[in-house]
Amino acid sequence: MTQLLDKPAAASPAKAPHTPAARTARRKALLHWIAVHSLGIAAALFFVLPFVFVVLTSLMNDQQALTRDLTPNTWEWGNYERVFNTPGFLTWWRNTLLYAGLGTVLTVVSSIPVAYALAKFRFRGRKLSLMLVISMMMLPPQVVIIPMYLFWAKQMDLSGTLWPLIIPMAFGDAFSIFLLRQFLLTIPNEYLDAAKVDGCGEFRTLMKVVLPMAKPGIAAIALFQFFAAWNDYFGPQIYASENPAAWTLSYGLESFKGAHHTDWNLTMAATVLVMAPVIAVFFFAQKAFVEGVTLTGVKG
Amino acid sequence: MTTHTLRSKRRRSALRNAAFMSPWLIGFSVFFAYPMVSTVYFSFTSYDGFGAPVFNGLTNWTYVFQDYPMFWPSLWNTLWLVVVMVTCRVVFGLGIGLLITKIKTGTGVFRTLFYLPYLAPPVAATLAFVFLLNPGTGPVNAILGDLGLPTPGWFNDATWSKPALTMLAVWGIGDLMVIFMASLLDVPTEQYEAAELDGASAWQKFRFVTLPNIAPIVLFAVVTGVIQAMQYYTQPLVAGKVASGIIGGSGQSFEPGYPDKSTLTLPQLVYNLGFQRFDYGAACVVALILFALAMAFTALLMRGRNNLIQAGD
Repeated sequence: MTQLLDKPAAASPAKAPHTPAARTARRKALLHWIAVHSLGIAAALFFVLPFVFVVLTSLMNDQQALTRDLTPNTWEWGNYERVFNTPGFLTWWRNTLLYAGLGTVLTVVSSIPVAYALAKFRFRGRKLSLMLVISMMMLPPQVVIIPMYLFWAKQMDLSGTLWPLIIPMAFGDAFSIFLLRQFLLTIPNEYLDAAKVDGCGEFRTLMKVVLPMAKPGIAAIALFQFFAAWNDYFGPQIYASENPAAWTLSYGLESFKGAHHTDWNLTMAATVLVMAPVIAVFFFAQKAFVEGVTLTGVKG
Repeated sequence: MTTHTLRSKRRRSALRNAAFMSPWLIGFSVFFAYPMVSTVYFSFTSYDGFGAPVFNGLTNWTYVFQDYPMFWPSLWNTLWLVVVMVTCRVVFGLGIGLLITKIKTGTGVFRTLFYLPYLAPPVAATLAFVFLLNPGTGPVNAILGDLGLPTPGWFNDATWSKPALTMLAVWGIGDLMVIFMASLLDVPTEQYEAAELDGASAWQKFRFVTLPNIAPIVLFAVVTGVIQAMQYYTQPLVAGKVASGIIGGSGQSFEPGYPDKSTLTLPQLVYNLGFQRFDYGAACVVALILFALAMAFTALLMRGRNNLIQAGD
């Protein structure tokens, strides 16, 4: 934030000539700088204050959390310990890591060959497959949930677990396939041809030549998939709601509020604990993430 | 001899294509084609999960359109969200994108701060907003009250629940900001310089240089926004549940839509009909309506004059 206090380059008087016209231009530039940055600070407050109030409330004691106070009188860091000690909370963490971690690995492994074929092979039905992938990407999960639920619950007897959510990820995810395919299109065919001249088959070309070049794209789909599973509410609600031992953080968080009816401090502490890992991951992988967002099919 | 090798070569490459495509081919058949066909079939049957589905013609369809009390409110809410929420998100997204391209000092810090809320998990973000906006002790109403301004009931008041959801959606504008920012930086600078030589004002530059250049991105944002609005599920359901105070252990007791059906959306109807009323037939009717709407707008994305999604190459 100290950068905010730096002198604006446009208003620096170092080498500017001292004519009245230049002075007006400089003043205009300075005013423009002030206007833009004031707006920026106002916008930043809108984006940041909700986080600030949530964290402040999470540190209040039980009595104060029932009041309209904005800042805590006593800083109750123990609230976070109380949340961790809530029965089930650690199980939800474990389940979420299983769902998001295993699901991400399966999605990446199964989506890579499909994305590669759609980007680099020429075959009949390629265009149709691509359109179906895009359609599935836009499809709300609720559309097919009734037969899917009956399949997993009645035929497979897997209701009350997260497996109905994890297993399908071994069969490619439409969004990941599409995003990765867009990325693979940017790899020039000459590299693939050169590998083939050297005697590589398609599989080896993919493993030795394409994958190393596609690392940013793979990182992007892994991140998106991890976040999607971390954030998923509908899936666990349908398949796991009957069995609290299979709940994830996103699903359990809501019931946490139900169990701690008026304890806004504990609910907000739990909320922080659900948000924090995602934001931490973002800081480590910022570049891949932003690249992925711009890759989602927007024509430049 | 040559035709023979050609044929075997072709067969081998067909095999290769099938091998690479196989995960998705299986996924598509088992998790999309098969359930899609079942959904259509169930929509013409009476079925509660026990016994066998019994064909009942158009009964489910007339029930949903005529007698199911949640259907029309949810369509109205969706229309409201499409008009107000999508517009707000696109306008603010573009505004924030423009602002970030103008900010010269601390750009990275601003960009990160603007982007962060987009990352907040939906359930957590919704819970945070229900707290911030709770009419009794929430910080927003505390501040509004201190300033002598009206203090709405937000998530507890049917007229304010959708505006509250809109605020939540505008808070998480980071995705649009990044997309708009990238497209704004792509506008050729020569065009701005030419406009400046012609003495164009800032507004004129925006209107005649910036907008035409980024029009495809604006359209993309609008269409994907409409698709998201139709699929809006977690935020309105969780907001309604938490604000109402009715959260059962397994969450089965809460009829979505609190307050007064004002937060109902189509996907919530599938949940309500299928998993609370166990009327699978009617749930499948709503699922098909949702499917038709989603596909119509997806077609718009793919077929639009600008070919917004690069289906070809």
